[in-house]
Amino acid sequence: MKTMLRVLAATTMLSTPAFAEEIKLGVILGYTGPIESLTPAMAESAELAMSEVSESGALLGGAKVTPVRGDSTCVDSAAATAAAERLITSDKVNALVGADCSGVTTAILQNVAMANGVVMISPSATSPALSDMEDDDLFFRTAPSDARQGQVLAEILKDKGVKEIAITFTNNDYGKGLAESIEQNFTKQGGKVTISAAHEDGKGDYSAEVGALAQAGGDVLVVAGYLDQGGKGIIQGSLDSGAFDTFVLPDGMIGDALPKAIGSDLDGSYGTVPGTDSEGAELFDAMAKASGISPDAFSAESYDAAALILLAMQAAGSSDSAKLKNKVFDVANAPGEEILPGELAKGLKILADGGDIDYVGATAVELVRGGESAGNYREILVKDGENTTAKFR
Amino acid sequence: MMDILNTLALLGNYLIVPGITYGCQLALGALGITLIYGILRFSNFAHGETMAFGTMTVILLTWAMQSVGISLGPLPTALLALPFGIAATVLLLLITDRYVYKFYRQQRSTPVIYLIASIGVMFLYNGLIRFVIGPDDRQFNDGTRFIMKAREFKEMTGLREGLAIKSSQGITLIVTILLVIALFWFLNRTRAGKSMRAYSDNEDLALLSGIDPDRVVMIAWILTAALATIAGTLYGLDKSFKPFTYLQILLPIFAAAIVGGLGSPVGAIAGGFVIAFSEVAVTFAYRKVFGYMGYEVDGLMQLLSTDYKFAVSFAILVIVLLVKPTGLFSGKSY
Repeated sequence: MKTMLRVLAATTMLSTPAFAEEIKLGVILGYTGPIESLTPAMAESAELAMSEVSESGALLGGAKVTPVRGDSTCVDSAAATAAAERLITSDKVNALVGADCSGVTTAILQNVAMANGVVMISPSATSPALSDMEDDDLFFRTAPSDARQGQVLAEILKDKGVKEIAITFTNNDYGKGLAESIEQNFTKQGGKVTISAAHEDGKGDYSAEVGALAQAGGDVLVVAGYLDQGGKGIIQGSLDSGAFDTFVLPDGMIGDALPKAIGSDLDGSYGTVPGTDSEGAELFDAMAKASGISPDAFSAESYDAAALILLAMQAAGSSDSAKLKNKVFDVANAPGEEILPGELAKGLKILADGGDIDYVGATAVELVRGGESAGNYREILVKDGENTTAKFR
Repeated sequence: MMDILNTLALLGNYLIVPGITYGCQLALGALGITLIYGILRFSNFAHGETMAFGTMTVILLTWAMQSVGISLGPLPTALLALPFGIAATVLLLLITDRYVYKFYRQQRSTPVIYLIASIGVMFLYNGLIRFVIGPDDRQFNDGTRFIMKAREFKEMTGLREGLAIKSSQGITLIVTILLVIALFWFLNRTRAGKSMRAYSDNEDLALLSGIDPDRVVMIAWILTAALATIAGTLYGLDKSFKPFTYLQILLPIFAAAIVGGLGSPVGAIAGGFVIAFSEVAVTFAYRKVFGYMGYEVDGLMQLLSTDYKFAVSFAILVIVLLVKPTGLFSGKSY
């Protein structure tokens, strides 16, 4: 048995070729669970960046990049940890794109990524708690923290002349963090929060929540929840009882399904979702559509997450997480030649020649403290039963 | 005077109307649980999924009717599809009884074995529903949405507070009243109903007096199927149909049945309203009510935050079990 193990170990070592290395990236997203409608496009976008790099043949002397998918479930930390464990120990991925929801991302970072020293770049975990978390410099995100979203929302409320708001949030890391950030920023500029109450998702009846919110009152109701869960139930209940007419919708509530389900009563409500009007966003949209992907929320961020990992590998001259983690900031931020989506080959070449790049990508990536995107938002206005873009902030 | 009317409108809008609607929905669900408990003597965990299955067939039939242009005008088409949905659910429950529960009856299994079997059935239905209609949220109420809108009420009465009543809330109340009257008439006045009550009270005595147990069990399943389909459809019309919430609603329904007394139909109805109102009333913010009564207050005047609404209904459940284990209306207890 011992000899057999030795032979096995020897052959596995031999099978790693010296040149044109095979690089594996884990794509750990919630293919099942509350955001399962978004994840297919997210994964395909991340894989689009990988195939772009593979085809260019410019990464580390022609390395091929293969994606390996793992299911984070968005909500079940134990399942997400097990999936990440499998990707790292058995599939031997070099780095992770993911995870998606803030709770499971924290679990994977603390239990698996840090223990194994593997870099992870999340396209969509937005909890403010992740900014200050101990991460051995392994964690980055192409999505902005909700601390920033709270700021933007407070600015919008100020511009609209709103004085009093009521807040309801889904009872998890995302909802709580976002609600706190909105409350902080809004009170700082002199507004008043009448109530900030949690709601549970998937419950049968929200009359109690709507009742309490209505009694507290306010010019608008901020719903920091999910569009196909309790958030929708509360909006429907508030409209039915005439408690609120205007709703403020953070990114979890932005999707075509909501105005379709609620109808014309939602007209006039407004909100925010990460997004830019940069050249990169349009380029990515066209590229994704040409490859048969219909981009949805966080697709562009996923493309950028994968691209950043691969560019950092090139800059570090190694696919090893311990080395590439120090290069992520360098490739993402100025100075250097600006790189847009579809120009990854160009970026790789500049880096190979010892040059410097500033990856702009599909979402105008600019990493700030804690390794997160500085944050550009699209202000959404619901008009004629559709989400329309009012402006960019 | 205006203040009193405003207070009434306010409480009516946020407390009484939603409370009554939710209470009716829970009561109809609890009646199904209690019937099975009375006759077959086990807690049927598959009841939430039975409701979802019934609603699913109603939705599918509603779509079929809509596609050929049948509608009930201002009323939702689903009401027309309801009898067919009930028929399909009866069929499903009778097949389940034939191939699952009958075996355990012949074995004279203990209630806990039935209970475990019903959890298995729950998962089976669960999969069946997701296979046929999927896990998504669906709206199928195509009738008029409101009997009275909050704004119209304000304009009509000149009050500051609005009172909204949805059509689905009106339908829920009327259907529940009719259904409960029909059920009690059946249980108290007909031969089949009396034999069911006899069987529920004392199985051996009922068998000695020549009551056919298979017939009693069959009627119990048919009634349960009808109650579950109607409860599920009314709930779906009022909120929306999402299979997952039908699993979640099982807990308050069980709480209602146990608070009222398992096996007691009157108890199931009372329990439904106790649970519904305790969830809404205890967590309600009474600030404006105090305002209309002449006490301006700054706080919300809320006893408990809405986070605790489930804690409230389960605290009531625990207290009832401690003080009166057979429930408010003396059902069975083992």
